[in-house]
Amino acid sequence: MFDYYLDLAWRSLRRSPGLTVLMVLAIGFGVAASMTTYSVFRAVSGDPIPWKSSKLFVPQIDPWGPSGRASDGEPPDALTYTDAMALMHAHRAKLQSAMYRISPSLVPEQTGQHPINVSGHAVYGEFFPMLDVPFLYGAGWSADDDAHQAPVVVISGELNRKFFGGANSVGRSLSMDGKDYRVVGVMGDWNPQPRFYDLASSANFNAIGEGVFIPFERGIAAGIYNSGNTNCYEPTKGAGFIGLQQSSCTWVSYMALLDSSAAASQYRQYLDSYAREQQQAGRFHWAPNNLLRDVPAVLDHQGVVPSDTRISLLVALGLLVVCLVNTVGLMLAKFLRRSSEIGVRRALGAPRRALYAQFLIEAGLIGAAGGALGLLLTGAGVMSVGLVFRPEIAALARLDWSLLGITMVLAVGATLLAGLYPTFRAARVQPAWQLKSN
Amino acid sequence: MQIKPIFSALRRHRLATLLIALEIALACAVLCNACFLIANRLQLMHIQSGVDEASLAVISLTGFEDAQAVDLNARVSAGLGAMPGVQSVSVINTVPLGRRKGTAGISLDPAGQHFGGVVDFFLGGPGALDALGLRVVAGRHPLPDEYAPITSFVPSNSTVLVTRALAEHLWPGVDPLGKEFWCDKLHFRVVGLIEHLVRADPGGRGADTAEWAVFVAAQPGPKFAGTYLLRADPAELPRVVRDARTAIAKIAPDAVLEQEDSRSVSDLRESRFRQDRAMAGMLVGVVLALLLVTALGIVGLASFWVQQRRKQIGIRRAIGATRRDILSYFQTENFLIVSGGIGLGMLLAFALNLMLMKFYELPRLPLYYLPIGALVLWALGQLAVLGPALRAAAVPPVVATRSV
Repeated sequence: MFDYYLDLAWRSLRRSPGLTVLMVLAIGFGVAASMTTYSVFRAVSGDPIPWKSSKLFVPQIDPWGPSGRASDGEPPDALTYTDAMALMHAHRAKLQSAMYRISPSLVPEQTGQHPINVSGHAVYGEFFPMLDVPFLYGAGWSADDDAHQAPVVVISGELNRKFFGGANSVGRSLSMDGKDYRVVGVMGDWNPQPRFYDLASSANFNAIGEGVFIPFERGIAAGIYNSGNTNCYEPTKGAGFIGLQQSSCTWVSYMALLDSSAAASQYRQYLDSYAREQQQAGRFHWAPNNLLRDVPAVLDHQGVVPSDTRISLLVALGLLVVCLVNTVGLMLAKFLRRSSEIGVRRALGAPRRALYAQFLIEAGLIGAAGGALGLLLTGAGVMSVGLVFRPEIAALARLDWSLLGITMVLAVGATLLAGLYPTFRAARVQPAWQLKSN
Repeated sequence: MQIKPIFSALRRHRLATLLIALEIALACAVLCNACFLIANRLQLMHIQSGVDEASLAVISLTGFEDAQAVDLNARVSAGLGAMPGVQSVSVINTVPLGRRKGTAGISLDPAGQHFGGVVDFFLGGPGALDALGLRVVAGRHPLPDEYAPITSFVPSNSTVLVTRALAEHLWPGVDPLGKEFWCDKLHFRVVGLIEHLVRADPGGRGADTAEWAVFVAAQPGPKFAGTYLLRADPAELPRVVRDARTAIAKIAPDAVLEQEDSRSVSDLRESRFRQDRAMAGMLVGVVLALLLVTALGIVGLASFWVQQRRKQIGIRRAIGATRRDILSYFQTENFLIVSGGIGLGMLLAFALNLMLMKFYELPRLPLYYLPIGALVLWALGQLAVLGPALRAAAVPPVVATRSV
């Protein structure tokens, strides 16, 4: 019977080819437009480290008191040097690292070449295992290197290609801000987007990956200045980098790995007791005002997703709805006129079930064709995202197959419904009436 | 034209009519809001910067010590100034549409109780004001001895010029000349009023604050070095920028040239608004797709109805209706459906705008977008139905005599 219904559907569709093409186009168009926009939206709001993000926490400690708080009463996004060092020494989390952004200049070994500025971070050795940083050669550095302010450096694969021709450069030396550093590790491709470990001071989306990582305490000792954001409530008393370290300015980011919710609440208690100690010591004159958010919460709070993408998603959704309504309207117009055909078939003995089957197949055929067209157009759309969006966002746009599936089901479902309703109405009426009215 | 028969005919196709009207309503809502978004972006992209963009370029150097700064300033000013085509070289911190540098909150009293807003500070050494081509509409230029050395990020006692927009915001209706404001302990005194000067990032803090900018007279020195404003004849500027970028390697071999920032101001504008242009382009695409789909829907339904009604049309023709009557029947029918859709669509457009305002801090949709959207949809509907209606008008009366 299926073949027969397919044949009937094909004949019926061929009777009004223009209308059929229109319906298919409308579905395909709607699916493609909304999916292309969604893929961009997902790219920029996506979790950069989905397997671990809910275990990675960012502590915030209020060093300024009520008069320095923003209107929401929250502590600043980053820590002061003093607080970051206190948390680091207490070492209460499984893995943790204080960090600040640097942009040292590197001098190539060959003479005559110009020095270049690279961006990077000064971090603790635990940073690399905490964030599962992939290594091409070598590894991060040890706690010992941290303690001894060792002049070691982890470089990106790209920098390794530029400076060492892509060879294993572990053990070689790199001249940075006039000092020699020993390469201990070369990272694989690692450029998480958004740069979640230091949202307080990095631009949100960066096409260029991080070039260098050096030990935090080495950076401090060598006076490699913070190139990320610095927020001050009062002017710094001392001058230069030392003055910044002694000030109440916030410029150090911090991340801690806490395995369970119990560990997280213990860490919260620790933060509060630390703030209370500071209060007793007379450094803070206010009750503890701390925060401990996991990475998804921080991303959400900082509103990292560009609102552009959200709005364009809404517009694309609007287009999908218009296309679906359009298709349903056309299908209803077509199917509702076929009560006499239904009457004839019923009079000849076809059960209602057979009628449903026939019309569902016809509607499904349109839906499937529209869906297939939508799939093709979406593919083309995602590939051409780069023509419209910034390359750093376009590079992240990936097709979400599960969502594409949902949209297709939605499209086909809507057409099926549009096919079902007229059949339902026609099939209820006595066949004799419909035969008579013709 | 009799409307009643059209209504009774439509009543027989209630569901399909309703859906097409609904489609037009949705299209109207999306169309109005998308056009509004596009207009906002275009307005931002064409914002008047207030400076002579066509004749200005920036050369930005980093990677030098504070101790080298005075020497660097002297070498670069002399070196670039000697290049053919360069009219002037002055020290500056940044330019409108360039990299964001001095942004800070100010207050109208020394105690910091009365918050004035977050403004952009443009620091300029001697000659920068003239090189930028800023129009001073009231007050005066800073005197040579008012270019003070920098202590933190601006001089501790600065002589400044503010834009008209900022003056109106800080001291509405009052002459701003001689007024003072503070940024923590730093003190600023206004000596002049500038017609236009936009922030480095004009869209960053909302369209109404785009011109909250201050020009600060500052003396180049240890904390004020590295970024240079070049002025040249617009025709020669591209060559001057190219030459300057190569020459800088010889003039300052130990400093690093910031490739992204060292460009002409028109290039900086181009990259500043790249994202906005992309967004506007995408929205235009969506709007066109929307109009196309809506038109196709109308064509489809109208053709289908014409095909259905061939016999009735034949009968009407046989009992005396002219071709014109048939044509206007279908046009009126379309007009009625579209009008119904537009009525609902205006409400939807407003609701959608309210939502966008609530979640994305968008301005309110100006009311004149609604009648324009309605006109576009009416025109689209009439255009779409014309083909099927002409085909209907061409049905000969003899059809009435044939049996189906």
